[in-house]
Amino acid sequence: MSAEIKASAKQERDLAQSNGVFVLGEQKDGQLLPVTFELIARGRLLADDLGCKLSCVLLGAQIQDIEQVFQRGADHALFIQDEALQNFLPRPYQKAIAKLLEEEKPEVVIAAATTTGRTVMPLVAAKLNTGLTADCTSLTIDADTRLLLQTRPAIGGNIMATIKTPHHRPQMATVRPRSCKPLPLDCSRTGEVIVKKYENDTFLTTEKFLEFITDTTQTVSIEDAEIIVSGGKGMKNGEGFKMVEQLAELLGAGVGATRDAVELGWTTYPHQIGLSGKTVAPKLYIALGLSGKIAHLAGMQTSEVIIAVNKDPEAQIFKVADFAIVGDVFEIVPMMIEAIKQHKAKARQETCAG
Amino acid sequence: MHIVVFVKQVPGTDNVKMDPETGVMIRTGKDVIINPLDENALTEAIKIKNSRSDVSVTAISMGPPSAERALKEAIAMGADAGILVSGREFGGSDTIATGKALAAAVRKAGEVDLIICGERATDGETGQTAVMVANYLDIPGETYVSAIDVKDSSVVIKRTVERGFEMVEVPFPVLVSVNKDINEIGMPTLKGKLRAKTVALNIYDADGLGIDRAEVGLNGSPTRVVKVFSPKLSRDTIMKKADGTAKPVEELLSFLIFKECI
Repeated sequence: MSAEIKASAKQERDLAQSNGVFVLGEQKDGQLLPVTFELIARGRLLADDLGCKLSCVLLGAQIQDIEQVFQRGADHALFIQDEALQNFLPRPYQKAIAKLLEEEKPEVVIAAATTTGRTVMPLVAAKLNTGLTADCTSLTIDADTRLLLQTRPAIGGNIMATIKTPHHRPQMATVRPRSCKPLPLDCSRTGEVIVKKYENDTFLTTEKFLEFITDTTQTVSIEDAEIIVSGGKGMKNGEGFKMVEQLAELLGAGVGATRDAVELGWTTYPHQIGLSGKTVAPKLYIALGLSGKIAHLAGMQTSEVIIAVNKDPEAQIFKVADFAIVGDVFEIVPMMIEAIKQHKAKARQETCAG
Repeated sequence: MHIVVFVKQVPGTDNVKMDPETGVMIRTGKDVIINPLDENALTEAIKIKNSRSDVSVTAISMGPPSAERALKEAIAMGADAGILVSGREFGGSDTIATGKALAAAVRKAGEVDLIICGERATDGETGQTAVMVANYLDIPGETYVSAIDVKDSSVVIKRTVERGFEMVEVPFPVLVSVNKDINEIGMPTLKGKLRAKTVALNIYDADGLGIDRAEVGLNGSPTRVVKVFSPKLSRDTIMKKADGTAKPVEELLSFLIFKECI
């Protein structure tokens, strides 16, 4: 343990030398994943506030179109390249990232709250003996102290907590995918790709990647759906929840649910939206019979348009809704289904007439 | 084969009470449950124990003295022994400090082949502590595990990740954190309940674990909570009240057409 105390003292000395904001990009089969550009958008704001450079860290064997990270707002790309990094394995990723951070000493490191980010970041934080805040919804720079203010829902999502890492570096946080939009593409932006090659022993591990199996059970993946219809406890029972699915089918939408609805067995876990489920940001989110606990809101509040139907006029979901109907879902939703059917029929007629 | 399972006591309801002055959660010791994913972890350990002849299971918890109850429940479900990490010096521990304390407790448990934990707890929901323990023990830490196949000297695990599953093989010792797809939570047995009454738990404070007090609690935590607040949510909401007519729904439809949503 004394070695760790020494390490921590060393880190405090290193504070003055810390520089730059890093984001940990993600790739699959050599293709950059969209979450990389969301992280760059977040990182850009922080780097501008701190007046420093923004670097995008990437790991893999090969990565295509790496210059996209510059067109989306990064200044540098730091590419740790090795065959051993083709697929994600916690230990090689941990060791490679920790090595890079020890060399480069960034002030701030942001990763996505994906299965990858939420696995490797705690490993890296522990290795570097620094702080890490999971699932942040807001990241800002404190004007006085220049510290990263990391805000996340806490304790079942009933409250928000702002957290900082005053004496350890880097300051690290994960943010939920789809919790912010990428910057518009700027084709005039360029930057430098710095390829990092590390000794083989950096990547040594007893873990063996066997295979990736694509999930074929989910018909409409809610992460990709343009419209999501979601239901909560107010749907009363499994039979009532079918109305959510009915409206979704009519709209070609994905079906979402609160934790309560999943725990009551009305639908399955892949449909769960919120802090302990998925984060979504569709063009239209229709919330039916759900009160809007913070844990649920954390997973959907960046949706473009939010519609809510709930009989409780004080329901929290109304605070994030653009259009709200206070009323019984069992009265309103059938009317919605009817109205949309008529609208679709009319739209079809007009098309045929045209 | 020796399996360790971490169990955390968490508030039993979503309606957690907060101290309005300090923003600290009020832990009354009443209405607490074992974190549901930890019960999945425990169930998996017991399943492995029942499928072989050479397995013992140790449950470890960190918390106030009342967390003893969680360990007794674990024994009632089939664990062989329980270790409680408890002491005022652990108060205010963040995930780093908790990870160090739990790693020290695992060392107290002796040679360990497999550590199984819940992927996250329902109160903090960070999901960070488990893999941090793996780091401090210098063993691989595998997350989001929805199936464990125990071989002679390794496990083949199925990780549920974005859009699919990853199959990974890792030799012992290894730590895995599991999600709720791994099994149906098991029940305490009568035999287990009787054992739980007689089994003595091992209780350690920081000194007992041989950890410097500066490494745990608030002192050992790199992060600080600086502010706790109720979230402000706001959009300019158009509110309509159901009045028995079709009007609110018609207005909703016009709104959706105007927004080019349908």
